[in-house]
This record gives sequence, C-alpha cells and structure tokens, in this order.
Amino acid sequence: MDGITALYVFMLAAFTGYEVISRVPVILHTPLMSGSNFVHGVVLVGAMVVLGRADPDSPLQLAIGFVAVFLGAANAAGGYVVTERMLAMFKGGKKAGGA
Amino acid sequence: MISGFIQVSYFAVAVVFILGLKAMSSPVTARKGIVWAGWAMVAATLVTLQTPGMQNYGLMIVAIVLGGALAWWSGRVVKMTDMPQMVAIYNGMGGGAAAAIAALEFARGEVHGTVVATLAVLGALIGSVAFSGSCVAFAKLQGLMKKPIRLPQQNVVNIALAALTALLGLLIIASDAPAGAAIVLFFVLALVLGVILTSPIGGADMPVVISLLNAFTGLAVGFEGYVLGNPALIVAGIVVGASGTLLTQLMAKAMNRPISNVLFTPLTGAAAGGEGEAIEGTMKEFSALDAASVMRYAAKVIIVPGYGMAVAGAQHKVWEMAQLLEEGGVEVAFAIHPVAGRMPGHMNVLLAEAGVPYDKIFDLEEINADFAQADVALVIGANDVVNPVARTDKSSPIYGMPILNVDQAQNVIVVKRGKGAGYSGIENALFYKDNCRMLYGSAQQAIAEVITHVKALEA
Repeated sequence: MDGITALYVFMLAAFTGYEVISRVPVILHTPLMSGSNFVHGVVLVGAMVVLGRADPDSPLQLAIGFVAVFLGAANAAGGYVVTERMLAMFKGGKKAGGA
Repeated sequence: MISGFIQVSYFAVAVVFILGLKAMSSPVTARKGIVWAGWAMVAATLVTLQTPGMQNYGLMIVAIVLGGALAWWSGRVVKMTDMPQMVAIYNGMGGGAAAAIAALEFARGEVHGTVVATLAVLGALIGSVAFSGSCVAFAKLQGLMKKPIRLPQQNVVNIALAALTALLGLLIIASDAPAGAAIVLFFVLALVLGVILTSPIGGADMPVVISLLNAFTGLAVGFEGYVLGNPALIVAGIVVGASGTLLTQLMAKAMNRPISNVLFTPLTGAAAGGEGEAIEGTMKEFSALDAASVMRYAAKVIIVPGYGMAVAGAQHKVWEMAQLLEEGGVEVAFAIHPVAGRMPGHMNVLLAEAGVPYDKIFDLEEINADFAQADVALVIGANDVVNPVARTDKSSPIYGMPILNVDQAQNVIVVKRGKGAGYSGIENALFYKDNCRMLYGSAQQAIAEVITHVKALEA
C-alpha cells in the first residue's frame, strides 16, 4: 500500500472509530473499553505473519516472534473473556429489571 | 503476497469488527457485538494460517495455545472487582505484541523506505510505552505498588528521556541498516519511558491512564499493520485508537482535568496538603441501627457507590438492602459518578452483576438536582467524587471537578472503613458537615448489619 493511500485509510478509520462510539451511555464505558481492547488483539494476526516469515535458523528471530504471538494471543483471548463476562452480567441485570 | 481469498477475508473481518464495536455501544445489542467480534477474530486467525510461504507452524501453534489458554483461564477466574487491572494487562500485552512485531521486522532487516521505517519506529515506541505503562497500571491496581513514585524534576526527566528516545528513533529511521545496539537501546528507552510516565500517577487517575494506553495500543497495532501491509490490522488498530482517544477525553472531561494535567501534574497528597482551606467541624459516628431507621422512614434514598463497595464486593448486599427499603415504600435510586471506582462504568458493571435494573441507575447530570429533595444520601466507599471542596476550594487539586452534590441531601450517611483520606490523599470536607454521619466498617459488613436492623423494624 503506498503512503498516501494509507493516509486516507488512517483518516477514514479514525473518523469511523470516533463516530462508532460517540453515543455510548456511561453504563457501557468499561465494557466498551474492554471490547476495543479485544479488537486490537487482531495484532495476533500480524504476529503470526512475522513469526511465519522468521528465519528458522535464528534463535533471536524465533524468540521475538514467539513472544509476539504469545502476547497477541493473550490480548485476544483475555480481552474476549473479560468483555464477554461483563456483558453477560448486563443481560442478567436486564432480566431482573423486568421483574 | 497475500492471496485474494485472504484479502477478502481480512476485509470482512474489519467490517465485522466495526459493526461489533457499534453494537457494543448500546446495552441492547452489546452482547451480540462481542460475540460477532469474537468469531471474526477466530476467522482472522484461521485464515492467516493459510498465508503462503509461512514457516515455524509448530512454534506458532504452541505460542497461540499457551498465550490464549493462560489469558482465557485468568480472565475466567478473576473476580469482578479486579477487572480493571485485567483490562490493563491484556492491553499491555497487545502493545507488547505490536512492539515485538517491529523488533522482528528490524531483526530480519525487512524495514525499507522512510514511510515504513517511520511507522515501524512509531509503532514500536507507542507499543513499548503501552506495554510497560500497562504493567505499572496493573501493579498499582493489584496493590503491588502502593504509592505513586515521583522522581525529583519528574517533568524534566520525562522530557529528556522522551527527546533522547525520539532522537534515537530518528537515527534508526534515517539509517538504511541501523545497528543492532541502537535498536535494542531504543526499545529499552521506550520501555523505561512507559514506566516513568505512569509511576507518578495516582490511583484516582488510573481510569484515564488505562483508557489512554488502550488507545495507544490501537495506534501501535495500526502502524505495524502498515509495516506488514495488512489492512485488517490498520483498520482495527486505528478504529480502536480513535475510539479510545474519544473515551479518554470523555473521562478527562468528567474529571475536569485536561489529559496533559493527568499525565504531568498528578494528584498527590503532597500537592493537596498545607495550602488548602482549613476544614471545620468533627466527624460524627452513626450506628447501623441509626442508619437503618433513618433510611427505612425516608421517602427517598439515593445510594452513591464507590471503590469501597467494589473492594468489599458488597454490591449484592447493597441491592438486597435497596429492595428491602423499596418494599417498605422508600424510593431508591443509584447515582454514579463518571469516574467512580477505577474505571468509567466500573460501578455500573458491579450493580448490573448484582441485578440492579438500569432504570434505577443515574448519571451525574441526571441526578444531581435530586439530592436536594432526597432524605438520605448513602455514600458507600466513595470519597473524592463527593468532596464539596471541588466546588469551593480553589487551591484544591480537585477544584472544578464535577461532583455528586450529596451534601445537599437532608442526611448524608457515609460508609467508610476508617478515618483516612481518599485515594488522592485529599481531606474530605463532606465528612465534617453537620448533616453527615459516618458508619464505619467494610461495606459488606456494614450493609449486612443495616439489613438486619431494617428487617427488625419491619417485624
């Protein structure tokens, strides 16, 4: 991707991020922060690609790549579990409210 | 390099992430949102395994399984009150992963061209700061690091270190084949920078810091996405960077402190001491029986939960008490300050867990006018967010922060563990007011006693 195209993508993505959550109620701030924390766990994909391209004969490259994938996977899995747990509670709260 | 099928899949993943975030910003669809995003993540991972020309699959699978399983398990077993630090640590890991991607690209000598090198260096810097900063945030919230640490001439040190790191970064960008030592030093400096930026910041400001670091990680992921030519990373990273920035602004606005203030002039006891107006009066104690009878015969009670309720895990007891009062005909409402607890929405999550319906929970703007008509304001483990000096004392570090006006209620009952000052170390004028009574004890035990007495009054 050339620089100027990337700049456009950055700009559009930034406005999207801003718009998408601009009307979020306070009640969802923590889950949303947690949810966006999960979404940047997609860094796992990038980590997999770089580890996949690392030189199998270089322990340094393999080590860095391993750390990258490990951390990326932890970000994604942990982010998901924590967000899902918080939001599951909101569902329960709503039922109780109907009673 | 990347096949058409993989390209299309990444595009779909990016779309679903955005839709998922959108869904997560409404209570009705929030649960669906995270599930969609979760499937998109699984799809992205599976598709990436098909990338042609990849090696080291064994190591990759081991890393995914280990990292994923450890985080999954820790996220499952952690107590609800410890959620904020878990978000901080998972976020730090994402930042670390982004920084490690940059490190590996440098180690392979695959960073060519000014634009790519600039974004790789920026992503590495931001990712490293997010990683070490989040570790500090985690340590603080977990109670491993009790006191804010302030170096002498902190701001000078910060600026000097940041300038040095930036200079080294520029050298790396300018050089076609940067020396290994320069790169290692660059990462070390960036990690140290993250530590010294967050160490002096007190617990009261932690929500803003975690949110800011979350936005940082998003940016780092987006930048490394460009380095790798991976649009899914770019879109997801930048979207999170922007939404995280907005969330940080909302929080800082609620505290009436610019973000630069949070980072460079932290709230500390030292800053608060000495010059403030002297507070007059004494703290007056209340028994659980007194508290029970005052609330039982009130027409309207507003409950203000804070971190003390979270620590004691008292949300279920509090809701039980509120239901008892309602059965007795008392109108009960919950008032939540935007920065109550350690994260925005922290209290909402805990009350939701206990089963408190949304329509009993009110934001600061919605409820502040009602305190004047309330018979009782029950403050449970909240401190700085109800401190009237924020309205009156210009020399106070929290002057100008919007607070819940609990002091305007007929009676104020404060459930508090001891006589100490709040997390920010600022003395609370509310506790000395004529209409304020202190109910000492952990929130769990104090509310349990109140429940017993309310039940006795019914019988």
